[in-house]
Amino acid sequence: MKVDCLPLVTVAVPVSSRSLILPLPPPLQQDKEYVGFAALPNQLHRKSVKKGFDFTLMVAGESGLGKSTLINSLFLTNLYEDRQVPDASARLTQTLTIERRGVEIEEGGIKVKLTLVDTPGFGDSVDCSDCWLPVVHFIEEQFEQYLRDESGLNRKNIQDSRVHCCLYFISPFGRGLRPLDVAFLRAVHDKVNIIPVIGKADALMPKETQVLKQKIRDQLKEEEINIYQFPECDSDEDEDFKKQDAEMKESIPFAVVGSSKVVKNVGTRPVRGRCYSWGTVEVENPHHCDFLNLRRMLVQTHLQDLKEVTHDLLYEGYRARCLQSLVRPGARDRASRSKLSRQSTTEIPLPMLPLAETEKLIREKDEELRRMQEMLEKMQAQMQQGQAQGEQSDAF
Amino acid sequence: LRLPETRTDAAMSELVPEPRPKPAVPMKPVSINSSLLGYIGIDTIIEQMRRKTMKTGFDFNIMVVGQSGLGKSTLVNTLFKSQVSRKSSSWNREEKIPKTVEIKAIGHVIEEGGVKMKLTVIDTPGFGDQINNENCWEPIEKYVNEQYEKFLKEEVNISRKKRIPDTRVHCCLYFVSPTGHSLRPLDLEFMKHLSKVVNIIPVIAKADTMTLEEKSEFKQRVRKELEVNGIEFYPQKEFDEDLEDKTENDKIRQESMPFAVVGSDKEYQVNGKRVLGRKTPWGIIEVENLNHCEFALLRDFVIRTHLQDLKEVTHNIHYETYRAKRLNDSGGLPPGEGLLGTALPPVPATPCPTAE
Repeated sequence: MKVDCLPLVTVAVPVSSRSLILPLPPPLQQDKEYVGFAALPNQLHRKSVKKGFDFTLMVAGESGLGKSTLINSLFLTNLYEDRQVPDASARLTQTLTIERRGVEIEEGGIKVKLTLVDTPGFGDSVDCSDCWLPVVHFIEEQFEQYLRDESGLNRKNIQDSRVHCCLYFISPFGRGLRPLDVAFLRAVHDKVNIIPVIGKADALMPKETQVLKQKIRDQLKEEEINIYQFPECDSDEDEDFKKQDAEMKESIPFAVVGSSKVVKNVGTRPVRGRCYSWGTVEVENPHHCDFLNLRRMLVQTHLQDLKEVTHDLLYEGYRARCLQSLVRPGARDRASRSKLSRQSTTEIPLPMLPLAETEKLIREKDEELRRMQEMLEKMQAQMQQGQAQGEQSDAF
Repeated sequence: LRLPETRTDAAMSELVPEPRPKPAVPMKPVSINSSLLGYIGIDTIIEQMRRKTMKTGFDFNIMVVGQSGLGKSTLVNTLFKSQVSRKSSSWNREEKIPKTVEIKAIGHVIEEGGVKMKLTVIDTPGFGDQINNENCWEPIEKYVNEQYEKFLKEEVNISRKKRIPDTRVHCCLYFVSPTGHSLRPLDLEFMKHLSKVVNIIPVIAKADTMTLEEKSEFKQRVRKELEVNGIEFYPQKEFDEDLEDKTENDKIRQESMPFAVVGSDKEYQVNGKRVLGRKTPWGIIEVENLNHCEFALLRDFVIRTHLQDLKEVTHNIHYETYRAKRLNDSGGLPPGEGLLGTALPPVPATPCPTAE
């Protein structure tokens, strides 16, 4: 969703940024002249609900760290049903591939089109040198595509396929970041929002978790890797929220456990968890792991911020680098002549992408078709409801 | 006449495996060629051997291989109930991953029930930790062959020591990461290269992250992968001596191995007993509880039943293979140092190709 950012004027009304539905300001200022633009957030909200929301999440890390299980747990889906995990001999010659899976999730009237980008094969081979390059290339490709779309003539239906967030899984069995982790993070930290996560955290005792987290934080600082920074709390948030926010920030990297199985132990209510001979790990228990924190942070509070940071910071950074690189002898004339005016796209030698113009048109048409189909279904549902109600009233 | 049972027998049987059950009363000697009258006492040879072993003690060299952080040192300490392996991650120490695989051998003498064991733990920090792990098994292969070479040199000497110091690796515990999927390519490569020169016992490390079903599925897949790739881990099928061995080892090979273990050096109170374990918010994992993990099986296997066999296979098979290759390469039995001024031919730069 690309929203033209109009400057929002803050009104002295306690608006909690957590709730989705923003209340209209109370009629306090009836004596003053009431202009009414404080209702702007509501309008934006309604527009975005209509338009739907799309989000691209990348999951990266060695195989066997519980990535797929976690995604299934986070979004309560079964995205990886048909997955075949190749055995070691097959993986000897495997190169890293990038896989995309899409799913539409609807909750409370809000539709999210979630795209998951997977990186099977990462960190598997005996020689993993440069195995992160395909990932970097992929992320940059999405930026390229967006840059071209943005500079194009028809900007009505720009598909935002940029990666908004990368969940990077760190092994709980190591002693912190491994050389491969550092290399990958260094290669992508200026291109995507990174959220480091410790997978299979039920391997660790509480003290071990604390020590590992601290070690990772120290290493990230030492290696100057920029992970996604949570925005500071607004000063008008209540104390509870601030405390929660601080706790959440301190628990990075999140130590998570995933499970799509429901465990029904005797005497307790059914929970999602993992059942061992010595006890059951509850996925949604904050004393057991940080799953709730991750879910809250990723889905409930910072989804929009991740997109904004991707657009305002990372994409702009890419764009600036890209255009700066055009300022070389030979291209200097062209670049100095135009400040990337809309009409001069064809003259700018953007890095070549194999996507043809026709493919883009097809994609846009597909989107329109999809939207029309949805509207149709909605109307049909309404008609059916109307019919059912009519029958009921007849019966009475 | 009743065989005297010495005090140490009970404890000894922990470490020195009994080849046959001891007769409670002396059996009537069965002669092969002539008829014997009366009891001779040759079955006391077992007793004499025991006494000797107790006096001299014995060597055992165990190597641990695996990525850092898989709990190798903790497991070895738990196995031998002493701090024989320095944990390279004391939480307050800075530890840099070595750029190449290092081989660190540390010896300890531990004693139990009057029996002394000179235990050497050979650690391999740096294995599998780099971005590029090509050929990271080579230093390990080289080390193993170097120990065979040392032994060979000593054996071939004219005046040899009464007891040749045995630094050969008797057992290599290979730690597999509990991914839950399958072996990693590096695991396959290592075991392919090393299973022909040393006894490898694959072990699933930090197995407390797998539920019972996941454990059994993973083990099955690992066994299948090893079989498909022609990797024979200890106990190797071809070295089973008799039917008894075979049935016992078959059961271990096809059901128990690789052992899914958990190690710990901390004790907790469970049901009034102090047990080694790991305490989590959802329960205490007891290391020696067979319902929790297979540590006890591994310990019994390596120490209580197959310790001597590990040494014998190393000596009779792996070492002999190495020796045969070396002597073949040098074109016949070398006279040894000192005689005619000829020394053994130098160790080849690349590890000795092992016999199929």
